[in-house]
Amino acid sequence: MSAVDVKQAPARTLGRVGAQPLTRRKSSVWEQIWRDRIMLLLIAPGLLYFVLFRYIPLLGNVIAFQDYLPFVPIVESPFVGFANFQAMISDPAFWQATANTIIIALCQLIFYFPMPIILAMMLQGVISTRVRRIVQSVVYLPHFISWVIVVALWQQVLGGSGIFVHTLRDVGLPAVNVMTEPGFFKELVTSQLIWKETGYATIIFLAALLNIDSSLYEAAVVDGAGRWQRLWNVTLPGIMGVIILLLILRLGLILSVGFEQILLQRNAVGPAAGEVLDTYVYFKGIVGGQWGITAAAGLIKGIIGTGLVIAANKFAHRLGQEGVYN
Amino acid sequence: MAVQSETFQESARPAWLERETNLEKVVKIGVFGVILLVVIYPFVSVLATSLASEPDVIKNGGLVIWPEHPTLSAYQTIFAGGVVTRAIWVSIGITTVGTLLSLAVTIGMAYGLSRNIWGGKYFLLIALFTLLFTPGIIPNYLAVKQYGLLNSYAALILPVLVSAFNLVVLRQFFMGIPGELLDSARIDGANDWDILLKIVVQLSKAVIAVVALFYAVSYWNDFFTALLYLNDSAMWPLQLVLRLYVVQGAPLPSAGDVVENAPPLQSIQMAVVVVAMIPILCVYPFLQRYFTRGVLSGAIKG
Repeated sequence: MSAVDVKQAPARTLGRVGAQPLTRRKSSVWEQIWRDRIMLLLIAPGLLYFVLFRYIPLLGNVIAFQDYLPFVPIVESPFVGFANFQAMISDPAFWQATANTIIIALCQLIFYFPMPIILAMMLQGVISTRVRRIVQSVVYLPHFISWVIVVALWQQVLGGSGIFVHTLRDVGLPAVNVMTEPGFFKELVTSQLIWKETGYATIIFLAALLNIDSSLYEAAVVDGAGRWQRLWNVTLPGIMGVIILLLILRLGLILSVGFEQILLQRNAVGPAAGEVLDTYVYFKGIVGGQWGITAAAGLIKGIIGTGLVIAANKFAHRLGQEGVYN
Repeated sequence: MAVQSETFQESARPAWLERETNLEKVVKIGVFGVILLVVIYPFVSVLATSLASEPDVIKNGGLVIWPEHPTLSAYQTIFAGGVVTRAIWVSIGITTVGTLLSLAVTIGMAYGLSRNIWGGKYFLLIALFTLLFTPGIIPNYLAVKQYGLLNSYAALILPVLVSAFNLVVLRQFFMGIPGELLDSARIDGANDWDILLKIVVQLSKAVIAVVALFYAVSYWNDFFTALLYLNDSAMWPLQLVLRLYVVQGAPLPSAGDVVENAPPLQSIQMAVVVVAMIPILCVYPFLQRYFTRGVLSGAIKG
């Protein structure tokens, strides 16, 4: 842009000779805006979106401090201080949801998180490009399927008429429908996450594996390192940066455990096993009309979540990684 | 960022790598075989059940491995009008309009922010900052209600119009287009619109296609936005209809006149699942060809 303006400047000022020195000076704000008017026009709709749907809604959090009345303007609802927060703290369902959230988050961290790393290493061990391509095409696919369909697919396989229950019956075991059994809910949602996202999540680890200098492997072999020693001493240190980065980012998002996924299946197992913080807010607030308490819960969750993301990113920077933002 | 598939092509066996023993080969093939089976089987099972006729379903207590009397009657039933047919049209409409709108707004914003303009740095920050927090379910709902969008199709598009991630991917690509190229076009008499549409967009077709597919997939797959903002079930998109009739197992209202030899309920449910997956399966080969590039450039440079 700026290069163009320098070239066009003489033509523009031909008509008004006296104005020549003015263009030399740093142009004023209005001149810059006028110069960039078309670009600013292009940005405007997107900017408007972010302001209208990402920033202004934040003001709605004010109802966490109100006795919210849906049919009058928000400002006219009476303020009640921290009463909603007190009600939230004394609500056992809130603590149940918090406990479930933390347990499911830990399950995901322990059982889901290492899976893409293992799969990526296994894929790297496949020499044939064609075989690797086929496996990749298949395991990436579930990422693009909606949670509604994923749950329907799982019901088809694990539900009452699926092959799983049939096999259990055939070998003489009690037929358990794990889709509706509260005791298996945490295992179920963790397995579904592994099934859906492991393949796609390998992409970033595969890229990291490719960046390891192959001369390191050659040197290790010359020094007599076997397969496992190479894995431990070359491969793992080579991708440790990416692993730590993704681990930190995951910790930052720990309170948002698969909202859509759990919302879809919470009713099948009941709130005692299936309620997490986000579904608590949805069912008690939007469905149940308890706006104040759930807005308070949402606000707390949002503040903790944002704090965790910022802290995680800071920590990633300290480790010399780029993080999600700079 | 090297595109991995290109790098993979030259991956012959390195000289230092020891040959695998037969046992290792068998274990490897076995493990990958199980992984592929676990991913593919549910899809096959759904497809088989959707094609099954009454005797196929009854024979094995609902489990259909392979339909011996395949029939398309389940598909005929759901396309005969009624709830599912309408939901399919709603989903197609939302996906088409939403993708076009999102694309237009994102391209404009990404292009503007890729050039050195007044306030550009701050506008970019405003967008990127939203990666750190979401307003939350209830504040979002209140805002959409205040804007008068509840129970309108606009509520399925406007609240999710721009993804900061896609914005970053596009901006990153546009920044790679040399300014000299655009300047020389300007000297040759092209105006700003010509430059954007005839040069920038033309040069970025591949990455724009990826972003378009990402948007299309997310519009097609979305169910929570519709659940939250639409009260009227007559307006529901396919994913929400799928949730009600398949996941929650509500009885499907018949589409007007009852067909003779009505297909089993299970087949109809699975046919709905297949229909909901078809668009994804159709665009998947294209997605797969480009998405690694998009994901990696966005994730690593963004």
